[in-house]
Amino acid sequence: MTMLHLVNKSPFDGSSLNTATSIMKPDDALLLIEDGVYGAIKNNTSAAKLEGKNVSVLGPDLAARGLSEDKLVDGVKIVDYAGFVDMVESNDKVQSWL
Amino acid sequence: MGSIEANGKSYETDEEGYLADLNSWDKDVAEVMANIDDCELTDNHWEVINFLREYYEEYQIAPAVRVLTKAIGKKLGKDKGNSKYLYELFPYGPAKQACKYAGLPKPTGCV
Amino acid sequence: MPEESKKFMYINRKAPYGTIYAWESLEVVLIGAAFEQDVSLAFMDDGVYQLTKGQDTTGIGMKNFSPTYSALGDYEVTKIYVDKESLEERGLSLDDLQHLVWEDEDEDWAEKDSIRLVSRTEMADILAGQDILFNF
Repeated sequence: MTMLHLVNKSPFDGSSLNTATSIMKPDDALLLIEDGVYGAIKNNTSAAKLEGKNVSVLGPDLAARGLSEDKLVDGVKIVDYAGFVDMVESNDKVQSWL
Repeated sequence: MGSIEANGKSYETDEEGYLADLNSWDKDVAEVMANIDDCELTDNHWEVINFLREYYEEYQIAPAVRVLTKAIGKKLGKDKGNSKYLYELFPYGPAKQACKYAGLPKPTGCV
Repeated sequence: MPEESKKFMYINRKAPYGTIYAWESLEVVLIGAAFEQDVSLAFMDDGVYQLTKGQDTTGIGMKNFSPTYSALGDYEVTKIYVDKESLEERGLSLDDLQHLVWEDEDEDWAEKDSIRLVSRTEMADILAGQDILFNF
């Protein structure tokens, strides 16, 4: 039983990232989309919340915001739309922390 | 919504005659738009139209008339960067009219 | 600038593509600039994300309006204050932002930096010195 957690808000705009990262189980995955991708920037004050978690960001949303792989916390994966679909398929449930 | 015919092609426009799609623009439709206003496009007109297209390409906006005037002055010289010269070319308002022929949306702040 | 001109400041606190605020603010600034007031911009909180360089929106099907910030100098908007703390909290530095300049006509079009990185206390003084504040 695994869950895919989606966060689409910046870590400084509301509590979505905080809640998602504190509630997710070891086998769950976190996908940051839209403004959620800001949460994966290295050295941002909430970056520690991603530690030890399975975290991905949506590439097109990252590029739109002028961010690239070298700006990200180590270990964060970049997926495209097809990868997003794969993640939805490979997890039993999807939870959107809107 | 309306449309303009030029050289056998149809171009979609908004209710004020501005092109609906910036990318559908070509020189033919610019000529036809000018003819509708009884205006014959000369090299001097094209200089401004081409300038506007380049400006939009770079900044993603159509410049306000004050900005256009100053920028034309810098690029093409003081004798062209003044409102008298630009209004003679485009009597309906240089930003408005020239932007229309250039296929750009109506300039931001132009009512 | 006319004697009676007022000091207008636009405060930007939202990320660029998640909501429409950033683009709306930019449009209002460009419209307002036609009235020859003393206009300045402040970027704080998530608003600092608006200025990152290298934005490419082809993958998300939205208009990339980041090049428009480079036109602000042409509109005589030459004071862009960026809150240093907001930038640092987000793991960003001045190097991650676009290099925005304006050209000084009185000095043979010399290019000058528009962005000024300021501390919270400096920002407080700048806000206090304004006549009208707009929030986006």
